[in-house]
Amino acid sequence: MSASGNPTQALGSREESPKSAGTERLNVEQASFAYAASERSAPTFTLGATSFQAHERELVAILGPNASGKSTLLRLISGTIAPLSGRVELDGQETSRLDSRTRAQHIAVVHQESPMVYPALAGDFVLQGRHPYGRALRLASKDDIAIARNALAQVGAGHLAGRTIGELSGGEKQRVILARALAQQPRLVLLDEPTLHLDIGAQVELLERLRRLAEENRYAVVVVTHELALAAEFADHVVLLHHGRCLRVGPPAAVYQRELLEQVFEAPLEVELGPAGRPRVNLRARRSEDAT
Amino acid sequence: MRPLTLRRLLWTCGALTAVLLACIVLALKLGAVPISVTDLVWNLGRIAIGRGDQLPTEYRLIVFDLRLPRILLGILVGAALSVSGASFQALLRNPLADPFVLGVSSGAALGSILALIVAPQIALITPLGAFLGAIATIAAVYFLGRREGQLDSTTLLLGGIISASFLSAIIMFLMTTLAGRDLRGMVFWLMGDLSTPVPAGLRWIFTAGLLVGIGAIYTTAADLNLLLTGEREAIHLGVDVTRVKLVVYVSASLLTALAVSASGAIGYVGLLVPHAIRLLFGSDYRLLIPASALGGAIAIVLADTLARTVVAPTELPVGAMTAMAGAPVFIYLLRRGIR
Repeated sequence: MSASGNPTQALGSREESPKSAGTERLNVEQASFAYAASERSAPTFTLGATSFQAHERELVAILGPNASGKSTLLRLISGTIAPLSGRVELDGQETSRLDSRTRAQHIAVVHQESPMVYPALAGDFVLQGRHPYGRALRLASKDDIAIARNALAQVGAGHLAGRTIGELSGGEKQRVILARALAQQPRLVLLDEPTLHLDIGAQVELLERLRRLAEENRYAVVVVTHELALAAEFADHVVLLHHGRCLRVGPPAAVYQRELLEQVFEAPLEVELGPAGRPRVNLRARRSEDAT
Repeated sequence: MRPLTLRRLLWTCGALTAVLLACIVLALKLGAVPISVTDLVWNLGRIAIGRGDQLPTEYRLIVFDLRLPRILLGILVGAALSVSGASFQALLRNPLADPFVLGVSSGAALGSILALIVAPQIALITPLGAFLGAIATIAAVYFLGRREGQLDSTTLLLGGIISASFLSAIIMFLMTTLAGRDLRGMVFWLMGDLSTPVPAGLRWIFTAGLLVGIGAIYTTAADLNLLLTGEREAIHLGVDVTRVKLVVYVSASLLTALAVSASGAIGYVGLLVPHAIRLLFGSDYRLLIPASALGGAIAIVLADTLARTVVAPTELPVGAMTAMAGAPVFIYLLRRGIR
């Protein structure tokens, strides 16, 4: 699964070292944030200083249980909030300082599916990804339509263009939403719990597709997830969060330590090293209690 | 994939304009004194070649001094209310939103009545008061409709309906205690009525305000499409959400205020028309806004023609006609589920 395992790979192949200069897309440096009800009151949630990098063609997983600060970190990266201290830069530009149009040309964000008020055709939905490139009425140009078709084809959903969003299955919908992100032609793709409503087959398919797309389109991918097994299998780097603190950053094999994960996820786990050097995580039931 | 093209946009608007013209002819023809279409065309031709002064006085009075201004007012009011309804539906992500249902019309009515009481001598005071009333009401309803930071559909509608009845109660109170005017006229105005023409000096300002309002909303049409999929999504696709919301709230309130100050609280047009347009032409706001403007004009011209003719020689308020058609549709939409 690791792209670096392919020796014949063309120019700019990923290096194992995270410090490979020149292709660095995202640089999160000591970024922190605090939520407070008002400016004077004490913060109700803080995200401590977090640092990591994502290079083009890399997939970084932000991992942690619920309320660990994953979504806050995602918002910091997407630039919709500015860090309290530290910096979040995309190709050297601070994401929170970009104007909304430029930001949408550089960063695509895929959320868990949101309800549609009015039904739209999947193809027209994907065309929304061209919004940051248009002006005024944004009537779709031939280029826009070609880009949208290509995006749908890239996620294997070319045949869905004429269907309404409402009649798609969960996995199909997820692919169409991903196609809209591709149509933005971004440098960085952020995904918030993309596997939440998918069955295991669709989850694996999505992650494999994300890896392939990152490779083909040379963007960086950051996925927020609490799926330990998927992150271990597909991520180049893992950022482990717990109660708003960044505990570990590194390749899965370095981050996945049994005691650490058990403490963070509050579950008895087993961690072993798989054949490709990637860790495997198994649940271990507490058998001493009664098993029901 | 069926993206909107300029061709489709122009064809749709052209077809609706043709329907509107047919409705105008029909509305000129029908009434307490029926006038034949051939006569109308003949006389319109005479005016076109600059010989309008040769028309019989009675004819000129009925067609050009009574019916035509009323039709033109109906066109403006219908366009304003429909566009404002369509805009509120996008901003609040609620297909049942409408200036009347949300209480914005009542707010505008109260605003213009208060303005008349406080400073009746100032020229543009009624539309100004109506505007302030409208914008205050939509702000209040917006905050009433929020629950834990989220806009809740049901709470929002309830907030609007409660505001509308509260404001109407105040209007009733003011009318019975202060106004020495005839109550029937006021009741007609409150229900929505086109029989009082806009004073000649204000007509151009009125028309310009409506065009500016609709134009401002139309510049955000592509953004509104994205806002419908969700505010967060819109932000990530490059929409300056704060600016768009401000432009659209202010413009939609302006449109409602102008319509109400000219013709009272005509209900359900802003609900009925955009919904019919969606069924016919889809929900793309780049098409929906101009098509709703034309559709609203058609709806009001037809409704007013009915209001003038069904119980001739007396008249009904046009708002009674739109409510009779609109309320059942509202209930149908409500029962079908908000999505």
